Amino acid sequence: MLSRTAENLYWMTRYLERAETIARLLSVGERTSLTPNIGGGYRNEWHSVLLSAGTAPDYTAKYGQVRERDVVTHLFFDEDNPSSVASCITRARENGRIVRTALTTQMWDALNAAFGELRELRRTERSKLPLGDLVEWTMRTTAMMRGTMSLTHLRNDGYDFLNLGYYVERTDATARLLDVKYYVLLPQVDLVGSGLDNYQWRTLLRSMSAHRAFAWAYGGEVTPAKIADFLILNRQSPRSLLASVEGSAQHLERLARGYGRTTGAQGKAREMAAELVEARIEDIQDEGLHEFLSRFILENGQLAQLIHEGYLNGDIR
Amino acid sequence: MDEGSAQPRYFNEMFEGDGVRAPYAALDGWSREMPPELRGMKQSEAEALFRRIGITFAVYGEGGDPDRLIPFDMFPRVFAADEWLRLERGIKQRARALNAFLVDVYKRGEIVRAGRIPAKLVYCNEAFEAAVVGFRPPRGVYSHVVGIDLVRTGPDEFFVLEDNCRTPSGVSYMLENREIMMRMFPQLFRENRIAPVENYPTLLRRTLASVAPIKCDAEPTVVILTPGHFNSAYYEHSFLADMMGVELVEGTDLFVEGDFVWMRTTQGPKKVDVIYRRLDDAFIDPLCFRPDSMLGVPGLMNVYRSGGVTICSAPGAGVADDKAIYTFVPEMIRFYLGEEPILRNVPTWQCAKADDRQYVLEHLPELVVKEVHGSGGYGMLVGPKADKATIESFAHLIRERPENYIAQPTLALSTCPTFVDEGIAPRHVDLRPYCLVGETVELVPGGLTRVALKEGSLVVNSSQGGGVKDTWVMAD
Repeated sequence: MLSRTAENLYWMTRYLERAETIARLLSVGERTSLTPNIGGGYRNEWHSVLLSAGTAPDYTAKYGQVRERDVVTHLFFDEDNPSSVASCITRARENGRIVRTALTTQMWDALNAAFGELRELRRTERSKLPLGDLVEWTMRTTAMMRGTMSLTHLRNDGYDFLNLGYYVERTDATARLLDVKYYVLLPQVDLVGSGLDNYQWRTLLRSMSAHRAFAWAYGGEVTPAKIADFLILNRQSPRSLLASVEGSAQHLERLARGYGRTTGAQGKAREMAAELVEARIEDIQDEGLHEFLSRFILENGQLAQLIHEGYLNGDIR
Repeated sequence: MDEGSAQPRYFNEMFEGDGVRAPYAALDGWSREMPPELRGMKQSEAEALFRRIGITFAVYGEGGDPDRLIPFDMFPRVFAADEWLRLERGIKQRARALNAFLVDVYKRGEIVRAGRIPAKLVYCNEAFEAAVVGFRPPRGVYSHVVGIDLVRTGPDEFFVLEDNCRTPSGVSYMLENREIMMRMFPQLFRENRIAPVENYPTLLRRTLASVAPIKCDAEPTVVILTPGHFNSAYYEHSFLADMMGVELVEGTDLFVEGDFVWMRTTQGPKKVDVIYRRLDDAFIDPLCFRPDSMLGVPGLMNVYRSGGVTICSAPGAGVADDKAIYTFVPEMIRFYLGEEPILRNVPTWQCAKADDRQYVLEHLPELVVKEVHGSGGYGMLVGPKADKATIESFAHLIRERPENYIAQPTLALSTCPTFVDEGIAPRHVDLRPYCLVGETVELVPGGLTRVALKEGSLVVNSSQGGGVKDTWVMAD
């Protein structure tokens, strides 16, 4: 497979996953804005959403004050914001168009249809577009893409690159969401473990569409330690760091077997997965959740770099 | 002004007096019996299909929607088997002569020595490629896909409008128009014996593989080289790559090392033997041609000239499809093949010649004026349709740079019934068949029919409001 083709497949799914993450954040923002603002440790939920999305400085420069309507514009429609849902879908579609013959007809149909619908959304009056609809549309679009991919795509190297894009991006998103929630949103130490804190944590679960799954898996009280365990170490949780890293590792193994050649990426992914398999949540708390997550984001970045060098940049010898 | 429909001087391909010409017999009842609602439904179904498969085109310099569709007209354009047989012989003859000419002018230039073509027209031509002088490409083929634009003016009158020896586009429409017609009107294909065109990609691949370079000692690796996904013909490039099962590469996917060209893959470098390039000579190798080109492959020409890779069409092929050289194609056929041309040329005035120029300037309102190197219907004057100011400005242009223009009489292009808002009406059509030249010369029975959708218009280019039709050749 051409390196450029692999690169486009990989980035197409990274952008799709990113669009989904942003939609999840928007849905959290909406949910939280419906809840009375107690405690006062944070300015408002929309600000925290911007922090989680990592675009707060850009937002402030363009819009100034934090207001729901502007945040939604910024995170959904704004083409100046490279991680807005619209930007991500547009780029994913561009990646897909470049390599469309490497996609199945069904995948291309889904992607192309989404792009057409996005253009319709842009033309629609904002008052007719409740935030809930925008979020639901994004989730449906990305689910459709994943569904068509897993139902129709040949299990070849292209499939591995598509999945790597999803998993690498997801690892990054989960770690960042967790980190922002813990480090930025918790204003005062004495709030940890308080009612507000639990509420915040539950919102985090909700942003991962995992609040019910969590209840089934753990039951009882919601504690930060349980949630961190669920989102970091629990293999059953589809968005946990372990599940995501194992996903990356598994597809890298498939590539190594198919190509009869191992790159630095396989070792890195195995090493990251091994650490998570061994770790207990207490170890992570000892290191400090923020420290742990920062390190993990960095390592995931290194993994992405190794994938790039080993397969995507075309300088492979 | 003329009313395309009302003018009897245009040959209508379907109707002859009150009768229906034989090849169109099946379509008479079909079109008459189709209720308007069904027609509207089928039309939007076709558009949805085109949009879904992503057949869109971008018009240079027009801005607007980059995902615009080329309008598809559902009324097929039909040739009888015997009509096609003659066309086929004429097209293949022409494709052979053009290639013989190219081999000749880059070697000894016999045709020039014999005084049949002026040396200046060949060797001072912008498209003449000094970099390949003395080089003979595999099997002596320069132009592997020859697109010959034809118009019809009567039952047995066909004219060649121009030859396209470099990278003629549009063949994906020929294939997709057929696919869509078969999906929408299967009964038409069941009840009529319509020759299939679907093996074009197979033939193209075979053609390309048959011209593998001498240094290739295994099954040749064929690729399509595209300028990139911003190119208006990108859809076609990716479609053909997919149908042939070959990689679609951009310049940055290729590199030269040692005596060969390699592509960058996820498993390391892979040798490339045949490149079907869909970009102009000027851009394929910045070391040899335009140094500022980001699209090509540095060093490609060295590998090419040492027999490490075949480039299709071969660099330099453009000198044969130049509009000034066009005039001499019948002469080439006589000179190289010893045959009389089967297809006629349109009489052409060279504005570079003083006598011709004077005639052209005096008769501008009757003539079609084209730029020698122009394409896509740009920079063209259609005298009978132009207002006074436009004619004046063209007269000025011709006096400024006479060698840049040729002129031809305005041809009475045949019409074919076409679905329009008011029902069915005749619209002018042309035809571009795609002739493949490799070890053998092949032509699939069909081509791209372009139709001028505006009433009375003679310009069929998609960039100027033209549409496309499925083209049928009835099997014997």
